[in-house]
Amino acid sequence: MNKKKKRLIVRSIILAVLALAVGYTFYSNLTKEERHNLRKGDEAPDFVLTDLAGETRQLSDYKGKGVFLNFWGSWCDPCKKEMPHMEKLAKEYKSQGVEVLAVNVGDSELQTKKFAKQYGLTFPIAIDSTKEVQDAYNITPLPATFMISPDGKIEEIVIGGLVKEEQVRTLFDKVKP
Amino acid sequence: MAKVKCECGHVNPHGTILCESCGRALTEEAQKEKLHDMRYEGSARRSQTYNKTIIDKIWNFFSSVKVGIWLIVLTLIASSIGTIFPQKLFIPNNVSPETYYEETYGTAGKIYYTLGFHDLYNSIWFIGLIAAIGVSLVICSLDRVIPLYRALKNQRVARHGSFMKKQRLFALKEEKLQPEEIEKVKEKLKSKRYHIREEDGSLLAEKGRFSRWGPYVNHIGLIIFLIGAMLRSSEGMYTDEMLWIREGETLEIPGTQGEFYLKNEKFTIENYDKEKDPEVFKEALERTGGVVKNYQTDAVLYRDENRDLPGAKPKLVKVKEEKIRVNEPLKFDKFALYQDSYSKDEMKAMEFALANKETQKEAGRVKVDLFNPKDTYDLGNGYKVEIVGYYPDYDGIGSDGEPKTKSPLPNNPAFLFKMFSPEHPKGEISFTAIRQTLEPVGETDYKMEFRGIETRNISALTVRKDLTLWILGIGGAIFMIGVIQGAYWNHRRLWIRQIDGEVYVAAHTNKNWHGLKREINSVLEGTAIPVPEDQQG
Repeated sequence: MNKKKKRLIVRSIILAVLALAVGYTFYSNLTKEERHNLRKGDEAPDFVLTDLAGETRQLSDYKGKGVFLNFWGSWCDPCKKEMPHMEKLAKEYKSQGVEVLAVNVGDSELQTKKFAKQYGLTFPIAIDSTKEVQDAYNITPLPATFMISPDGKIEEIVIGGLVKEEQVRTLFDKVKP
Repeated sequence: MAKVKCECGHVNPHGTILCESCGRALTEEAQKEKLHDMRYEGSARRSQTYNKTIIDKIWNFFSSVKVGIWLIVLTLIASSIGTIFPQKLFIPNNVSPETYYEETYGTAGKIYYTLGFHDLYNSIWFIGLIAAIGVSLVICSLDRVIPLYRALKNQRVARHGSFMKKQRLFALKEEKLQPEEIEKVKEKLKSKRYHIREEDGSLLAEKGRFSRWGPYVNHIGLIIFLIGAMLRSSEGMYTDEMLWIREGETLEIPGTQGEFYLKNEKFTIENYDKEKDPEVFKEALERTGGVVKNYQTDAVLYRDENRDLPGAKPKLVKVKEEKIRVNEPLKFDKFALYQDSYSKDEMKAMEFALANKETQKEAGRVKVDLFNPKDTYDLGNGYKVEIVGYYPDYDGIGSDGEPKTKSPLPNNPAFLFKMFSPEHPKGEISFTAIRQTLEPVGETDYKMEFRGIETRNISALTVRKDLTLWILGIGGAIFMIGVIQGAYWNHRRLWIRQIDGEVYVAAHTNKNWHGLKREINSVLEGTAIPVPEDQQG
């Protein structure tokens, strides 16, 4: 083989190896923060919590139904505003196969119960006292809503309050079986 | 590719300056030099003539030491700019960095944030700079070490007269050397651990050649170090998390995928004691008031046998019990928990007395757990207290007339109590906050009197796992071996040649010329061979 050609090949191989290493460094550094964030289309992490009525609620039991998974806290104002919409549509869509599951983050049982009573909430509410579910869904600001399709995929993620009933209705329609 | 054939018959790679074998100058420039540049033995270290393809262009760019130095200088400048304002990690964590830098430092802060100086080690261009330094290291080294190795391997004993003349240490004398003279010199050189090669009356004595590889060994160490640093960003290789844990709490240790739990039994801060501790501290203690001797978390480590879904009750099995102190981490399964920070005296429970305002008589006491308050507290004899509302971080009355809470943390707890007594079986309403009691629905006969408070400490632990440490260790060790190899040994050579009744003597070293001169002096002393003199300066 021509020596010049050989040199070109050797250089190309070395540069390719270096480019690969540099590329990998970029990739892993830039995705470091994103890696643990859930995205649309991801499998919704399964969890199990006990609701205020003492019943065990496991997400995977809802397979075949759409789920409106809402994380909230009693001190959070936007959470208070979206609750009436949720309550109204929960009743309306129950027969259409979409269920609401609310996960309280940070409150005591007393506060959660008082809150549910004050707003007349009938959908199941569970308290994530160990914050494990909150961590699994990597939630910092409240409220956060995950729309989960009947096959357990995340269809939509909404961070922040849902102000209008129409907004909430669109979300419900998205995960109708 | 045109090879360069030297008059001596050796075929050199294109771009060679001094013939690998005899040392004859092959370029016009080198022929004009007063002294030869011996740094890379005049080898063909860069073939810039081959600049045709993009691969060659990239290669030659990174092969330049000038480029390498510029990359290092730029990295240094960027790193120092990164210290002007605090890094993202050190700004208050309840503010968004996007607005924080501009609000705190004005336009300069905005530019700082936009260019990514606020999180320097994670900004793309900084990683790019470091990566470019890595590439430059590899290519610079390869482009130099291979020709240098070739040149040193191919060097002939009898170097060309012109090569010897242009060495820094050189002497020439008309003389006919006797074989015994040469033998004597050889003996002395051998005793100084020189390797000796002879070729028809010419002599080459050489030692310490391996010191020439020092810089390249050093670079290999650096590259391994960079690979270790690169792996830190890979999943599962490196964990650096915080765990805030209250006394009495048992929490999952972040980063362990739910496998390990930790209980904080107790957190203590201990100060130096003027009386008990040695006298030497006395002065400092009087000056500063108090000096902390020990921060300590008494911790219990558990393993979750269930490792079930998030939220499921763990089945905890005790692994060990340890005291975590500063620099004395709790170690388990490649993880280490370090004492990092703390928060003292968070409110845990409050005690109230239900008392008759007029008679000052107490009907009983109520202790409210601020993290898990009860619905009602029955005090017997018809006395009862009900919590109608609980506002852990009370922040005034909202526009809807309801008391508001800022957060779920009991920083400023307030309660809406309903007090039942035989006189008021339907209950009286009292709003009780710290140093404030309101009676929103009319004056009451009873009140909730504050009696006491229970607090507890929160310990902050750093959860650290670093599987790259051994790679960094190996890289660092190789780095140091290279430094030592290059710094504590010298590559010394002495050439002696007889040409037409004249004796040529030349010597070269890569460093420590003084040492070489002394050594040659002692070797050649009392022989007919002239001692080479320094032609420089």
